[in-house]
Amino acid sequence: MDVKTWTYLIVGITFALYIGIAIWSRAKSTSEFYVAGGGVSPLANGMATAADWMSAASFLSMAGLIAFSGYGGSVFLMGWTGGYVLLALLLAPYLRKYGKFTVPEFIGERFYSKTARVVAVVCLILVSVTYVIGQMKGVGVVFSRFLETDYNTGLFVGMGIVFFYAVLGGMKGITYTQIVQYVVLIFAYTVPAIFISLQLTGNPIPQFGLGGDVDGTPLLAKLDTVIQDLGFNQFTTDVMGSKLNMFAYTLSLMIGTAGLPHVIIRFFTVPKVKDARLSAGYALIFIAILYTTAPAVAAMARLNLTQTIQTGKVGALEGNLEYEKRPEWFKNWEKTGLLEFRDWNQDGRIQYYNDPSGLGEAHFALEKAQAQLATAESSKDQNAATLIAETQAAIIAAKKQIAAAKTKHAKTPFAQHGWQGNEMVKVDKDIIVLANPEIAKLPGWVIALVVAGGLAAALSTAAGLLLAIASAISHDLLKGIMRPNITEKEELKASRIAMVGAILMAGYFGLNPPDFAAGTVAIAFGLAASSIFPVLMMGIFSKRMNRQGAIAGMIAGIGVTLLYVFQHKGIMFIPGTSFLGDLKENWFFGITPNAFGAVGAAVNFAVAFAVSKKFGPPPNEVQELVERIRTPGD
Amino acid sequence: MADSESSQQRRRDYWRENLRIMAWLLAVWFFVSYGCGILFVEELNKISLGGFQLGFWMAQQGSIYVFVVLIFVYVRLMNKLDKKYGFDKEDEPETDKKEDA
Repeated sequence: MDVKTWTYLIVGITFALYIGIAIWSRAKSTSEFYVAGGGVSPLANGMATAADWMSAASFLSMAGLIAFSGYGGSVFLMGWTGGYVLLALLLAPYLRKYGKFTVPEFIGERFYSKTARVVAVVCLILVSVTYVIGQMKGVGVVFSRFLETDYNTGLFVGMGIVFFYAVLGGMKGITYTQIVQYVVLIFAYTVPAIFISLQLTGNPIPQFGLGGDVDGTPLLAKLDTVIQDLGFNQFTTDVMGSKLNMFAYTLSLMIGTAGLPHVIIRFFTVPKVKDARLSAGYALIFIAILYTTAPAVAAMARLNLTQTIQTGKVGALEGNLEYEKRPEWFKNWEKTGLLEFRDWNQDGRIQYYNDPSGLGEAHFALEKAQAQLATAESSKDQNAATLIAETQAAIIAAKKQIAAAKTKHAKTPFAQHGWQGNEMVKVDKDIIVLANPEIAKLPGWVIALVVAGGLAAALSTAAGLLLAIASAISHDLLKGIMRPNITEKEELKASRIAMVGAILMAGYFGLNPPDFAAGTVAIAFGLAASSIFPVLMMGIFSKRMNRQGAIAGMIAGIGVTLLYVFQHKGIMFIPGTSFLGDLKENWFFGITPNAFGAVGAAVNFAVAFAVSKKFGPPPNEVQELVERIRTPGD
Repeated sequence: MADSESSQQRRRDYWRENLRIMAWLLAVWFFVSYGCGILFVEELNKISLGGFQLGFWMAQQGSIYVFVVLIFVYVRLMNKLDKKYGFDKEDEPETDKKEDA
């Protein structure tokens, strides 16, 4: 069987499973719809949480990010796992003790304020919507690459599947499908990793293979030498930005993780407080299996990729792969435009290296400008004349750039080998996981499995996010604020309608990704870290915190975070509206916008405490509520 | 529902012990990730662990293992604490009549 048949078969089987579960687990009450009836075992919830949490980004993108950032990529590994320690110790048991359905509900009751509840709903929806767009895009992309349908068809199929089990089964249906999706995705992630580790190091466990030997030298030491010879930074010591930035980034991801509503509500589904603690532990084990495999995948893929192109000594003529002899996977990814090659020195071979003079990029800029000029000249647009003038200016600029880069490049050791700039003009990080089994020449069914795994990761996260959005609308806005008197049956119906609406909206944004989708990570984690996490923590740990403090803190936290992200990335990420520009010089102590959530959280805490001092303590029944959630029992 | 004096005292003692457990575990959490993984990574990289440099290993592997262990230690300690203060029986409502040892 060929890869495509395998893919249809395996993806088909997993989809049939998800639909089967949907039919079997219909929700009959609001409690089943919102929290699966509160009767999920800690182990099952741990597995579901892991699938809920690990998104298309964890599955498809993370290893690629680490592959190209080396040690700096540790921020994702530590940040996205360390958050569970915070969740287990600071939030999960207490919110479980509180024992209701949604995060805004807790915030509203703890801070005796509908305003606080509404602010929380707004944060929750902002966080979840930006996050869900990425998942829908992931589904469309995977479909179009591997099932050769177009992007929209893939998106519709994905929406249809989620629609089935999320609308029918609510949290109950989502929980059971997430368990199956976890099994699919972890199998899909580890199987190719095991094969590749065996091939490279002879050790079947990737976590050990990463520390193993390749032809007598340790893998990591070898990788360091191989890429350093090509001008890249050393893999094992490549710091991301600065250490302060790494520190802030890790902290932002950790508290962002602990503040993500779709993850928090999973802990409402277990029966007892002690189950919530245990469940967080299980969840982290299941997550750690993927997260400790990812760095092995990353390092091995980087080595494989580099050595596929740089087959021998740097500088020797036969050291570089002949373009005509490039492997099949290379050609496949070239078709998608995620991998691109230009033979600048016209030797028919590929030179992939890091050249600080930027000669390759300059050549590429000239090529693009020339292509634009050709389109401008053939266009009948009335603005063609201005367009031609603009592109001609761009060509002159590019030529100047090339001349300057050439002088610089001549001083690099690469010039002596007759190299004229990096020829891999595009190597998209996202292809690492998907291309990995092909690079390692694994059989077709392994590739098919990875596709099914990527879809499982995207769908499970999308469903969890959609439930968080739907319950915030039906339970917090409708039942909690607008119409408190509706019956349970009506609320259940409303929650299903809200779910349908959420899916349609996610689909719409998937088809027409707004500019701000590119900043998903910055926004979602930044907001969760700067608004939801601090307010929940103060709600539990400070009896004195009153509604004025909480609301002021949330607004200040979100405000400063959004301001920082927007000032560097553009208002709502619209290009050209950033008022300071995405320039390193303007970063606050060198902290990148993605890493700013930690600062936002600090602002939230500070403002909340300052403001709360000006007003009286919360009413007695609220203080009693805090006392009550701090202890299990009752 | 107002708690009796002794019951309130019991809750407060439980909470204080809970905070102490938390503080210790979070200190370890901070040390392995921010300490070993970021701040002291160069120093630790001078030590090698099989084919790894220790600092790099802590950042990409070790800290994650420690996180898992931390949560399970927390589960154990808290279960013990629940028992000590009689908060482990969730099904029967606690009454103020029950006196603590």
